[in-house]
Amino acid sequence: MKAAEALIKCLLEEQVDTVFGYPGGFILHVYEALRKSPIRHVLVRQEQAAAHSANGYARVSGKVGVCIGTSGPGATNLITGIANAYMDSIPLVVITGQVKSSMIGRDVFQEVDITGATESFTKHSYLVKDAQEIPRIIKEAFYIASTGRPGPVLIDIPSDIQEAKIDFSYPVSVDIRGYKPTVKGHAGQIKRAVKAIGESKRPLIVAGGGVLLAHAQSELQAFVDKTGIPLVHTLMGKGTLPSKDKHYLGMIGTHGFARANRALTRSDLIIFIGVRVADRAWGGVSDKALQNVRIIHIDIDPAEIGKNVGTQIPLVGDAKTILPEITAKVSRVDTAEWLNELNGYRNENPRPETGLVNPKYAIQLLSDKLNEDAIMVADVGQNQMWAARNFEDRPGRSFLTSGGLGTMGYSLPAAVGAKFAAPKRQVVAVMGDGGFQMSLFELGTIKTHQLGIVMVLFNNTRLGMVRELQSRNYGNTYAVDLEQNPDFIKLCAAYDIPGIRVSDNSQLQEAFDKALKHNGPFLVECMVDPLEATL
Amino acid sequence: MNRHVLSVLVENQSGVLSRVSGLFSRRGYNIDSLSVGETEDPKVSRMTIVVRGDDYILEQIKKQLNKLIDVIKIIELDPRQSVFRELALIKVKTGDNRASIIEIVDIFRAKIVDVANETLTVEMTGDEAKIEAFLSLMEPYGIAEIVRTGLTALERGNREIKNQRKYEED
Repeated sequence: MKAAEALIKCLLEEQVDTVFGYPGGFILHVYEALRKSPIRHVLVRQEQAAAHSANGYARVSGKVGVCIGTSGPGATNLITGIANAYMDSIPLVVITGQVKSSMIGRDVFQEVDITGATESFTKHSYLVKDAQEIPRIIKEAFYIASTGRPGPVLIDIPSDIQEAKIDFSYPVSVDIRGYKPTVKGHAGQIKRAVKAIGESKRPLIVAGGGVLLAHAQSELQAFVDKTGIPLVHTLMGKGTLPSKDKHYLGMIGTHGFARANRALTRSDLIIFIGVRVADRAWGGVSDKALQNVRIIHIDIDPAEIGKNVGTQIPLVGDAKTILPEITAKVSRVDTAEWLNELNGYRNENPRPETGLVNPKYAIQLLSDKLNEDAIMVADVGQNQMWAARNFEDRPGRSFLTSGGLGTMGYSLPAAVGAKFAAPKRQVVAVMGDGGFQMSLFELGTIKTHQLGIVMVLFNNTRLGMVRELQSRNYGNTYAVDLEQNPDFIKLCAAYDIPGIRVSDNSQLQEAFDKALKHNGPFLVECMVDPLEATL
Repeated sequence: MNRHVLSVLVENQSGVLSRVSGLFSRRGYNIDSLSVGETEDPKVSRMTIVVRGDDYILEQIKKQLNKLIDVIKIIELDPRQSVFRELALIKVKTGDNRASIIEIVDIFRAKIVDVANETLTVEMTGDEAKIEAFLSLMEPYGIAEIVRTGLTALERGNREIKNQRKYEED
């Protein structure tokens, strides 16, 4: 069979049912094979959206997300989505077409060195040189993308290779001598961790996105229940423990809550779980504050341990395997006094009223109205922090955002992917007027598939977070504004998507009810004061 | 900033060198030299990388290198238990000094590999210090060109890299 057909067969072997993509000249053989296959192809309106949709799909389904683009501009458009997935450790397999093998290097039409361009933000990449290798490469790509610390893997396939005939057989197993992720924790270190926990008086868990990637929420819950240790989380760790839990203290970081950040500096033992201790989560904590703090760092990527913060007890492995081992050996820590102290601190969440819509109130109200398994996809900027701080943490993966790369325009295409992964769950895309306009074209995809996504647009005619930085650094002078925004309601109407503009808190209730009841996409445009603060 | 010599086994395929060197530039690690060639197993190449950095940098370099799928194994070579060698080709302007240059070449047990009417080309193998010493002696005569391979190294004794433990956390 043709290698392109073999490729599709491999995808089926990997249980792929949905791919996101955009065709072009040098990927046509693959599209022809795709057309004849049972795999659903979602045509996005620009390739970056394909990568973001695959990202949303991967996060919600727990599977590897797949996206496809053509050579040259198709491939370069995917780049931001690939970097975004890399920073947030999301498993993707990205397939790109390439010019004919014999033409590579001659700068022919739509040629670009995409494996070279993406080298520093793919987990691995392949430029296929022999069609016969395709089954092995696909098998390896899915394995590499989804195991260890997940991430994007790119496969670049020249068009003559797609067309070549091969004998198809799908490998049963993978053996890559240079890639053997450590899953099980080191017994000696586990013993030391258990001892350190037993000796601590003010222990604290810092949970990150790694817990969600490991699908270890219930193992974490069991660990918290048994030990009584309170928990804070990073932006990527939102949803690791339900907000309702009495050990839950909230989000840390630049835009985190005071109580959660305070807990960090008051603790005597910090247990990092699936956290890379990134600057936005950790920026404010001085080395001095950590002088007498012991640190246990659990992560599947050994390179993250000791990279941004020193640690006494490194524990390389999968949180899903390590946590139950520790839970089994550890005994309850008397944290009553510690919890009492922490409960004395408040999580300040001021809500000054402006006469327009208060975005914090809007998210809280929406959070109360949404089902327990609803998914919120936040964009980047103020809307992201309004959403992260006010959307209740629920069990299961329910909050999606671009944490590491901070990619504006992520929300809408990621919500598309989320809806395809879980058509029965409510999906809300929260955006600002800046980010919405970066992915407006995806209204086309949403209309085509009549995806029931509630779009909540906070329109403050500003890039709100940039506006805040400008006022702080340059004294209330603004380099940019978006006051010539289009009429977003009319714009959605052009795609037959209904919408309501809300300019007062009192109208929110009805608008959300209508949006959530509506069968299909719906826009709720909330008019927000340009001076509304992030915190 | 200490100097460290890493010996790295990698898959012998295109793109590997770019991945390894790209990692160094991207993360801002200092690299003194890198040499690479095929090993006893044609599917495996071995790189000798000389880096500068403190313990933190060195640990990060090892860990980040290890994350590359094509990297099979990394060991750090102890200078006291390893043979370090570099090869240099030096084209020296002879002028009227042909005899004295040849004398120095002999003392250093280097080899003259090409003779021309105005130059001599010398092949010199040794550790870095030996090559530097030779170069400083040649300088007064006038060095036309130098090319160096960068350090390549092997552990002394019966131990083989493939039987050693891969670099691991704890």
